[in-house]
Amino acid sequence: MSWNRKILRVNLTAGTCTPEPLNMEWANDYLGSRGLGTKYLTEEIDPKVDPLSPENKMIMATGPLTGTMASTGGRYTVITKGPLTGAIACSNSGGFFGAEMKFAGWDMIIFEGKSPKPVYLYVENEKAELRDAAHLWGTTCWHTEETIKAELQDPLVRVSSIGRSGENQVLFSCIVNDLHRAAGRSGVGAVMGSKNLKAVALRGTQGVSGVKDFPAFLKAANAAKQVLKDNAVTGQGLPKYGTQVLMNVINEVGALPTRNHRDVQFEEAGKISAEAMHEKRPTDGKAHLITNAACFGCTIACGRISQLDKGHFTVQNKPEYWGASGGLEYESAWSLGASNGVGDLEALQYANMLCNEDGFDPITFGATVSAVMELYELGILTKEQIGIEAPFGSAKALAYLAEITAQGIGFGKEVGLGSKRLTAKYGRPDLSMSVKGLEFPAYDGRGIQGIGLNYATSNRGACHVRGYTVASEVLGIPVKTDPLATEGKPGLVKAFQDATTIFDSAGVCLFTSFAWSVADVQPQVQAACEGDWSMEKMAIVGERIWNMERQFNLAAGFTAKDDNLPPRLTTEPAKTGPAKGRVNELGKMLPEYYEVRGWTPEGVPTAETLARLGL
Amino acid sequence: MRITIKLYATLTDYLPGHAVGNKVDVDLPEGCTVEGALAPFGLPPKLTHLVLVDGTFIAPEDRNVRPLKDGEVLAVWPPIAGG
Repeated sequence: MSWNRKILRVNLTAGTCTPEPLNMEWANDYLGSRGLGTKYLTEEIDPKVDPLSPENKMIMATGPLTGTMASTGGRYTVITKGPLTGAIACSNSGGFFGAEMKFAGWDMIIFEGKSPKPVYLYVENEKAELRDAAHLWGTTCWHTEETIKAELQDPLVRVSSIGRSGENQVLFSCIVNDLHRAAGRSGVGAVMGSKNLKAVALRGTQGVSGVKDFPAFLKAANAAKQVLKDNAVTGQGLPKYGTQVLMNVINEVGALPTRNHRDVQFEEAGKISAEAMHEKRPTDGKAHLITNAACFGCTIACGRISQLDKGHFTVQNKPEYWGASGGLEYESAWSLGASNGVGDLEALQYANMLCNEDGFDPITFGATVSAVMELYELGILTKEQIGIEAPFGSAKALAYLAEITAQGIGFGKEVGLGSKRLTAKYGRPDLSMSVKGLEFPAYDGRGIQGIGLNYATSNRGACHVRGYTVASEVLGIPVKTDPLATEGKPGLVKAFQDATTIFDSAGVCLFTSFAWSVADVQPQVQAACEGDWSMEKMAIVGERIWNMERQFNLAAGFTAKDDNLPPRLTTEPAKTGPAKGRVNELGKMLPEYYEVRGWTPEGVPTAETLARLGL
Repeated sequence: MRITIKLYATLTDYLPGHAVGNKVDVDLPEGCTVEGALAPFGLPPKLTHLVLVDGTFIAPEDRNVRPLKDGEVLAVWPPIAGG
């Protein structure tokens, strides 16, 4: 099996690093990464634990295909109880860090307790030790990565770290690896900060051992790569335009949340789109986009590398932001842009760079700024409270709030709470565009009905990459369905949710699913791993993982009442576009969703369902 | 009648030189279909994937029968995705 069969357990309270064998029985039942890491977490913590207490644990986990020759096999997952939501937090990242963990001989690192002082973990193959991080505390992710590489005199060390955001326990802090890849959502960086763990630095030189049938694996991996190459989306569209190509599409179908979901179309969408990133700026004659970029082993290369206009107001006299850097991706361009009514591409990239530099989630940050701007326009928040005039459309307000959030300066401390807590504090919880405390991504559930159901039922709160039905409802992948229809959506949502767990748990990128189905992942897993990894088993494992996450949330105190959408989505009709006059009809879809899941009308898995799934 | 045609992503290359941004306004005879409106642009069939009229998807089998109306916006993308 392509496992190292070895876990590193790091007790931060005691300062110990202890190897232990991977539980292969669990690996056989939960595959890896998201599934296997969640199994460990649910076995080891009380679901009611305070997420920022030493009793919470944080797991960095790879999958069986991580580090192998499978395309996109560089993914790793951070699993913990999330401080923003109180639900299971499971956040996936690309780059090179995940593969390096495998090369160092480890499948997973479990962090427990809390260090009495700032430390970072250094792993060089079998050697693992905690090192003092006093000199890194109070610095950014970028500074931390650069400093660790310099002091180890090894540029090939791979680093995941928190910035000042995570140190200050901003509730939507990320863990950033390879400068601009992140375990981005649910606030996993705040958990890391609460443990006084600044960074994890890995160096591995051992490759991946134990692929069960290497000739068969090579054949399966190559066949799957050919599928990606031949597919117009993964072979051409994503490398050239990246995820940002969606900006104009989603605007056209009337599902681009604008101005805190007051509107569903943004009149300046074209100015912040993928097409705009290719155009030369009138100010300096250069295009915003420099090149595309790939994570470890990826044959798609969807990443964006951009460069700001040095004369833009956000970076004048700030040469540290003049270099090429990651972004903009669709989600951040939307959350920082359309969601706030800001059509200034340079300002969005500046705010995005600050998110990468100091490690905070641009989706939740942008959506929280949207709530702030609405509260400002309603007269509930004032210029004096915020520190700047903050109407919708203000690029200056966006840049200012991005500068003060990670360090909790002034009003930045309130932004760092996320929209749910902030709007509640000012008496308007209805203005938080979130589910279970996690803010919506870039698709409006009124114009795309199925994604609304997915948001309501996603185990980590409103999240598109838990069941990306947009692929079918808008993009026609694998088959086109009507985005405004509710019929058939419960089954569609369940199918996407369960299949996604397989991609995540195998250790490959979800974006392969625009060309691959589980049937393309299965031969690679079957060749890499011992035992039965038939399609039938894959289907059971996917559903098992989803239900395990649900069980954790129920034990943490969530109920069916939390499978809900903000009133704006269910009572305020869309004003324009194909969905004009429509709200999300969650009430029609949710009972059927529970039924197809084998859950009671109260959203609880039945005894029969649990038995069928071996839970 | 006058309609607006928008071509995005790699289809941008098929816009005429006088197009502004990603769109061009064209005058068409009454009753012109979606397929008829797109014919002069010479779009490769494989890349004519996502076809929307005023944001609503037009299935491949309907593109040669769906008549356009004055003021409608016809937007086309090749196979694309994001996240």
